[in-house]
Amino acid sequence: MSIVRHFPILVVVVPLAGAAFTPLLALWRKKACMLFATAVILLTTVISGFLMVRVLIDGPVSYHLGGWPPPWGIEIFLDQLSAGAFVIASLSLLIIIFSKRYVEKALEENKIPVYYTLVVLNVAGMIGFVVTGDMFNLFVFMEILSLSAYALVAIGGEKIAEMASFKYLLMGAISSLCILLSIALLYSVLGTLNMRDMAVRLQELSSLTVPGVALALFMVSFFVKAAVFPLHVWLPDAHAIAPSPISAILSGLVVKTGIVGILRVLSIYRIYGGLFDLASLNFILSWVGAISIIIGAFFAFFQNDIKMMLAYSTISNIGYIILGIGLASTNGLIGSIVHVFNHALIKVTLFLCAGAIIHKTGHRNLSELRGIGRRMPLTMAAMSIGILSIVGIPPTNGFVCKWYIVLGAIQARKFFFAATLLIGALLILGYYAKIINIAYFREPEEEVTYDEAPFSMLIPIGILAASCLLLGIFAFYPLKFIRPFAEELLRPWGP
Amino acid sequence: MTFQKLLVNFNYVVAATLFLIGLYCVMVKSNLIKKFMGLNIMETSVFLLVVSTGWVRGGKAPIMVGVSEKASFVNPLPQALILTGIVVAVSTTALALALMIKIYERCGTLDAEKLKGME
Repeated sequence: MSIVRHFPILVVVVPLAGAAFTPLLALWRKKACMLFATAVILLTTVISGFLMVRVLIDGPVSYHLGGWPPPWGIEIFLDQLSAGAFVIASLSLLIIIFSKRYVEKALEENKIPVYYTLVVLNVAGMIGFVVTGDMFNLFVFMEILSLSAYALVAIGGEKIAEMASFKYLLMGAISSLCILLSIALLYSVLGTLNMRDMAVRLQELSSLTVPGVALALFMVSFFVKAAVFPLHVWLPDAHAIAPSPISAILSGLVVKTGIVGILRVLSIYRIYGGLFDLASLNFILSWVGAISIIIGAFFAFFQNDIKMMLAYSTISNIGYIILGIGLASTNGLIGSIVHVFNHALIKVTLFLCAGAIIHKTGHRNLSELRGIGRRMPLTMAAMSIGILSIVGIPPTNGFVCKWYIVLGAIQARKFFFAATLLIGALLILGYYAKIINIAYFREPEEEVTYDEAPFSMLIPIGILAASCLLLGIFAFYPLKFIRPFAEELLRPWGP
Repeated sequence: MTFQKLLVNFNYVVAATLFLIGLYCVMVKSNLIKKFMGLNIMETSVFLLVVSTGWVRGGKAPIMVGVSEKASFVNPLPQALILTGIVVAVSTTALALALMIKIYERCGTLDAEKLKGME
């Protein structure tokens, strides 16, 4: 079939066109927007699932836009990391189904079509970001996803929503600008924008000053996008103030694009054994990651707001991923990349559970949530599975990747970082135990009755919690899937 | 010699200066609109730098007439990239200004120091 050949571009075009048509549809019928957005994302999920299977069977797929071959034309390059497109699409599908009832209550009616438009646009940007093989294309998709994310933070209109969004926008815009600058610097010395071509030409370069500056700018900018300490200051407010389904998208998926960006840049520079000796970069990555783990966990410990706590927990988990990349060992890298996907799944579960609780009770402070385990037993059961996963208790999916990162630290003979990882896990257990304690073991002030969230919320939460468990039990498959990518990244340059 | 080098690469010097002026505005000014104007200046400087990289002294517009054309051409790709970059910058600015209107409606000020106290 000829249409199958064009799937690599359709996976971006379908949500992009969907986002353009949603406001038009809203002129005709506002209620139809939700159904239309669901259909668009469902179609995207099917296409991206098909592509993932194709990558699994055939290995990386290259698609030339407009039939122009790579160094000149724009290339869509699907490797194992691009399988993230399926994770993005399927998680957003569940989030959109969840948000139907949530936004009816949380947003004004005329904002609802805008909400769905922005979500679909955001998904289009993220999918484009992970599948593209062209550096400038990467920048454009990054801007699409960032701009829609800034707007989504402000859409709730809560007390400091606009201010949180502005803070996010200012930091995000500066980091995007620096990424554009470093792309320009690389282009001026390499004369190409295709990532694989850049990697080849970089090895033939005699002076490394300009690529070095570009690398530094890339790293710092993607640190802002990924909210790595000390550039995380925008994250807690922005993620806590947004409507809960948006928090799930931001914390689970949008932040991860920063990590994907770092991995893409690393695949150009071939840091681990290429022409550059960048042991110092790995040193910085692992230290910054270790500090993020501890700082994030430390601040999360003192939060009373449940969403604020989850937001700080994201910083600490991003620390795990950055540390795993900085270790520069196969196991650490595999653990990191799988943790990108697993943490997306876990964080979406947790934020949606928190959203269901806020939707039902209207409370978001931990002290007001006593007895919630009896009032909403199913939601709390799913949340407990999410909590076990994020702490990393077997047999959940969080265990496997953290285990691999620790193995990576031991493989790299950096025992100090292995210890940091374990201490971080203990701290995380500490603050999540607070939620479990309040939900199940504290006596509520008033009588609680069974009052569960609606089905359109329970079903996505249930699927997410079940997949947390399933991906823990069948953890071997994602690890095996991502291994070729990690080995390719660690392979020294040359034939 | 150094002076001559600077003169030849005049547009790069201007780009670097503009970048620093913009960075100063973003970091020092407390009015949100001035902060954002600083960001716009930074963006302009990057655009100038990118367009400069594609420029060739005495180059023509890259329109091929006949195959035996020997004259040097200006690289059109950076210009095309920067057109996209300008569109991105405009939409970022529009969103930021809309947010600032909302902030002003709610808080009655755009001074970053005063806003910090209101959070």
